[in-house]
This record gives sequence, structure tokens and C-alpha cells, in this order.
Amino acid sequence: MIFDEMLNIPPYSLDAEEKGRLLTKRLVELTKLHREHCYEYKNMLDAIGFDVDKAQSYKDLPFLPVRLFKEMDLRSVPQDDVVKTMTSSGTTGQSVSKIYLDRTTSSNQQKTMVKIVSGFTGSSRMPMIIIDCPSVVKNRVMFSARGAGILGFSIFGSKKIYALDDDMKLDAEGMKMFLEKFKGQKILLFGFTFMIWQHFYKELLRLKEKGITFDLSNGILIHGGGWKKLISEAVSHDEFHKKMEDVCGLHDIHDYYGMVEQTGCIYMECEFGHLHASNFSDVIIRRPLDFSEADIGETGIIQVVSAIPESYPGHSLLTEDEGSILGVDDCPCGRKGKYFKINGRLKNAEIRGCSDTYAAKF
Amino acid sequence: MNNLEKYDKVFKEVLEVSEDQLKGLKYQDIEAWDSVGHMGLISALEDAFDIMMDTDDIIDLSSYEKGMEILAKDDYGVEF
Repeated sequence: MIFDEMLNIPPYSLDAEEKGRLLTKRLVELTKLHREHCYEYKNMLDAIGFDVDKAQSYKDLPFLPVRLFKEMDLRSVPQDDVVKTMTSSGTTGQSVSKIYLDRTTSSNQQKTMVKIVSGFTGSSRMPMIIIDCPSVVKNRVMFSARGAGILGFSIFGSKKIYALDDDMKLDAEGMKMFLEKFKGQKILLFGFTFMIWQHFYKELLRLKEKGITFDLSNGILIHGGGWKKLISEAVSHDEFHKKMEDVCGLHDIHDYYGMVEQTGCIYMECEFGHLHASNFSDVIIRRPLDFSEADIGETGIIQVVSAIPESYPGHSLLTEDEGSILGVDDCPCGRKGKYFKINGRLKNAEIRGCSDTYAAKF
Repeated sequence: MNNLEKYDKVFKEVLEVSEDQLKGLKYQDIEAWDSVGHMGLISALEDAFDIMMDTDDIIDLSSYEKGMEILAKDDYGVEF
């Protein structure tokens, strides 16, 4: 079982060659597994005449368009083994992806996510402020991407508080008490980019003008879910960082890129503002004209591969995002692997992402 | 209340199960013990025994019996 071996390797320790060998082995194994257990997937491989035994590298494996999970129910385990169904975030009226998880895949997602995030926060758990409302995790049968994100990160929280109520109003009183109680300790904050901006930052700013301030200089903020709305409000990455620090002293801030179709394999932003691929996954930039692999620095469509999915054939996917590789194995932060940036969504792509779909209401 | 009684009480209250369901009970066996229920169970156990568990142990706690094994480790020192 290769995946358990992978869990024992520090997540950013392998160079391109070592990682390529490991990922190729695992992803070929997954391709075979899904071909055998998912009839639709087998048909797709057969239709393009794909022979997995001829694949030299994980880059040779076919990728499914991510929106296929909206149009088809794809799984590689019997329905009885499904313990959790996750859905993508969508605006009202949009169809959503359905991702079927069995015990193994669900548990490997959580284990992987812990390894990756520990590489940034350390492995000890911290008091945690969730910048969202408690009702997001209430519907337990159909799990939204937003709820899954919150729950996945909750494992790092020793004591937790939701900063917003179900009307998305800041619970300033509750936060004051929480911060008082855990004074001097490192605090973890988690939320989705737009909600943080709209309901947390703006409210903190308003309170600050009234003389009510919060000190979060001891905090570490992890946020994700898309920038689209903030870019349209002309809030850049740097501006977001600067304003957060100005309003509450928060300066240790990490964006992440990830999607419900490959939960667990998130791409964390390092101290230098670069998104990083860990050993468990990779990004490959594809040229839109012929899907060949783009060079470093060249913009194209993002393909993501993940070593986790066993219960559904989502180990190699073509996203609807655009980006470019910044470098491989040589980020000044010291982490090995590819580092990259996201430019945004492809033209005519649907809005998605926990932050952006929510923001579409504003 | 001894530790076993405390431990059982947490399971029964958080997961809403009866005494006879405890033995052999595994994560995802019942609706209440899903990923949301799991985090609730962990914080209730932490409060009951005044401990803070490691992330790895939280993930490993996949059954009623496994939980006792984990809590009995030197890190937490709960004797059953």
C-alpha cells in the first residue's frame, strides 16, 4: 500500500525526480483501480484507447474535466461503502459536484490535510476562531465544501469559537472573551476569503473607529475559496494582508488553493506568497490549444493530480482555473516541489469556490 | 465515577447510544458518529479527562475500544 508509505514522508521533502517516481507509481495504481471498479471510467479510457501500462509518468495519465462530477455520479465503490457525500459550492441554480467517499478515502483526506497544514502551523493544536457561522456544518448528510473545509481544519483547534452568528454578524463580545481567555497563546483563524473581508475585516474596521480593538498579532490565519469578488472590489493580495495587519495586527496569513473534488490535497501559500504542491499532489499547467505541458512561467489551464481518491475516479482532473508554475524545488522558503500562482478562472467558466459563490449574492 | 464510567458516559451522551451499543462501536457505524460527531466526541473526551489530544490520535480514534487504548497511553495516562 503506497499511500501509507507516503504519509510517513515529510510533505515537502521530495525533489522533482523522487516525487515523480512516487506519484507515478501511486497514480498508475489508482488509474487501474478505477478502471476496474468504475464502469464509466473504464468506458472513457477505452474510448480514447488509453493503455495505462504504456504510461511513463503520471503526466501521461488522462484527466477528467472537473465538471464531469456534476453531470455524472462517478464512484468506484458500492453505494453501501459510501460514508460521506461531499458537494461543491455553487451559486443558486448551479448544479453541484457530488463526490462519494468511503472510509479509507475520507480518512486519508484528513490525514493528508493534517500533514500539509502542520508543515505551516506546527503539529500542536491551538485555540481556534472560525470566521463563519455555525449553521454551515449542520447539514450532515450532504456535506458542502464550505462545511468540509471548516471541519477539516477544526482538528487543529483545541477550543473553538465561531466568530459569526447565523446572520453572518460578528460576535464581538464572544471574541473578546475568547481572546482574553487565551491571551498570550498562538491563535488559529480559519475562514473563506470573501467572508473574512466582508463580515470580519469590515466589522473590525468599523469597531476600531469606535475605539473597540482586537489584538490578533499572535494569530495565524488560513483562508481559501477564491479571490474573484475581492479582485472586483480592487482588493489585491498585498492589500488584504496590509489591511488585516492594520486593523488587528494579524500578519501571519496563508491563502490556500484546493477543491472539493480533491479534498485533503490543499496547496498552501508560503511566507513568500507562493502556493506549494506537497508530495501528495501536483499541478500541471496545460496549454489550451493542445493540452501539452506548459513551460515554467507560461500561463495555461491547471490540471491537478492527487494520490488520495480511491472511492471515486478523481485522481487526475482538469480544473477551470488558469495559472502558471513559478519554479520547482527552489522556493526561498525551502520547501521542495512545484510552486505556482493562480491567475483566476477561465473565461466563461462557472463561478465556484466557497468564497466566490457566497460573494455572488453581494 | 471511575474512568470507564466517565468514558462510557461521554460516548452515550455525545453519540446518543445505549450501554449495549458501545462494545465494538466504530466510526461511521451510526449516523451520529460521522465527522461532525467525531469532533464533538473528541472535545467531550478532552473536557471529561482534562487532556489535549494530538491530531494523529484524533484521527486514529476509530472505535470505542481504540479510544480506550489511546487514552491509556502515557501521553494521557487515563487508567481503565
